Amino acid sequence: MSVPRTWRLRQQRYRLVGEVCDRCGVPIFPPRDVCPECEAPAKTPFTFSGRGEVYSYSTVYHPPVGFKQDAPYTVALVRLEEGPLVTAQLTDVEADQVEVGMPVEMVTRRLQAEGEEGVISYGYKFRPLLRR
Amino acid sequence: MRDVAIIGIGQTKVGEHWEKGLRHLALEALQAAMVDAGVDRVDTLYVGNMLSGELTGQEHLGALVADFAGMRGVEAVKVEAACGSGAAALRLGYIAVAGGMADVVLVVGVEKMTDATGPQNTAALAMAADADYEAAQGLSFVAINGLLMRRYMYEYGYRKEDFAPFTVNAHANAMNNPYAMFRVRVTPGSYTRARMIADPINLMDSSPIGDGAAAVILVPADWARRFPQPPVRIAGSAVGTDAVALHDRRDPLVMEGAALSAYRAYQQAGVGPEEIDLFELHDAFSIMAALSLEAAGFARRGEGVRLALEGKIGIQGRVPVATMGGLKARGHPVGATGVYQVVEVVQQLRGEAGANQVPDARIGMAQNIGGSGATVITHILERME
Ligand SMILES: [Zn+2]
Repeated sequence: MSVPRTWRLRQQRYRLVGEVCDRCGVPIFPPRDVCPECEAPAKTPFTFSGRGEVYSYSTVYHPPVGFKQDAPYTVALVRLEEGPLVTAQLTDVEADQVEVGMPVEMVTRRLQAEGEEGVISYGYKFRPLLRR
Repeated sequence: MRDVAIIGIGQTKVGEHWEKGLRHLALEALQAAMVDAGVDRVDTLYVGNMLSGELTGQEHLGALVADFAGMRGVEAVKVEAACGSGAAALRLGYIAVAGGMADVVLVVGVEKMTDATGPQNTAALAMAADADYEAAQGLSFVAINGLLMRRYMYEYGYRKEDFAPFTVNAHANAMNNPYAMFRVRVTPGSYTRARMIADPINLMDSSPIGDGAAAVILVPADWARRFPQPPVRIAGSAVGTDAVALHDRRDPLVMEGAALSAYRAYQQAGVGPEEIDLFELHDAFSIMAALSLEAAGFARRGEGVRLALEGKIGIQGRVPVATMGGLKARGHPVGATGVYQVVEVVQQLRGEAGANQVPDARIGMAQNIGGSGATVITHILERME
């Protein structure tokens, strides 16, 4: 992942900042600048809570190049409590403990490291919700 | 607008062609199609391909293939729409002939995958997904389909082994296809025991990548009788799109792009699912086969797997699918697949499918899917009486 690209996506990757539609009020993640519901411009930033539940999940045994060091790892579609789905890895949980409907929360973790001396990319993953 | 006919088909065996490069594969298929059609020149060449740049360091395939095939000077471009590239190239060929811009069009789909390693191919195929929000999270293309399959099983209460009939059928049909990559029988037992790739998708849910090329020749339907082979008319041709990322879809279990594509093609052809004699669907994964049957109106929501369990997808069934092996067993050279599907429908409509012949096949449908359902291209073909 190139440095400019990681920098460009920093608000999404580190803080889960999406958008909200000024016309119909729907919260949007990832940001897309045009509301998928009413097609109005949607450029007002909206920070998601990071809480949601597992909509579906899959454990990856054969990763793409760049993700070998973490395999096997579990990825999921998470339904955020504000509505949108987000695609992310799950962390701090064994694959056989995951189930559909499981409450999860966003944490910031290492996504990818390019060898010993390359850039390390960070971003969101989701872990089982810690009850405080 | 003019009616368009397919008058020639050609294909290479799908597999590991260590001795052949991209250009040789394309040449073999297109020469076979030109011989079959009895033509020695074409007006335009469309090359369907997804990954030549990423896997072989070669782009610019339009001119490259034209020159290598001895057609230097001809109009030629490459067409890319992820795994739907082959049918996208055919769609442009169809538009060119239908619109009167060209009379004889050659469409070739080609992919060369075995020059690269497994993990390189895995990363390359993930380019069909959203690079910023799916692939960047470590999702392989298999994992994206794993998410779909898990949710499908959760919502409708299917077990893993319920998906076996798609694989068993595809492999049984490939036994009689000399161009297929895997001519080996698969049993429900060997399906269930296969190695896991991205849970719940195992090796037997997944189509194999391979090298291959397929080609067709198009002319105005009015001309079709001048050529030696029984002509097949393109009765419907349509593209539907959806969000590239699963998380951006209204409901990930409903392939809206596939439904749009199928129903536009039905409308143009003046037929419905009940008139389709065979359906070459995009079984890149068994879950894709189920969702395709539902989107194209052969099964209600959640009942695509039931259709297979009830034995309705075999050669003698209500809706024969993967009649020459499908992506699962013929193999999935990604950018070529859409053209293979159409070649196989033409074989069926000409009555040249041998032991796999669908009895009295008159209308066949081919549906090629790019990504997890974002570009879907449907062609309905009809035997010309
Ligand atoms: Zn809106």
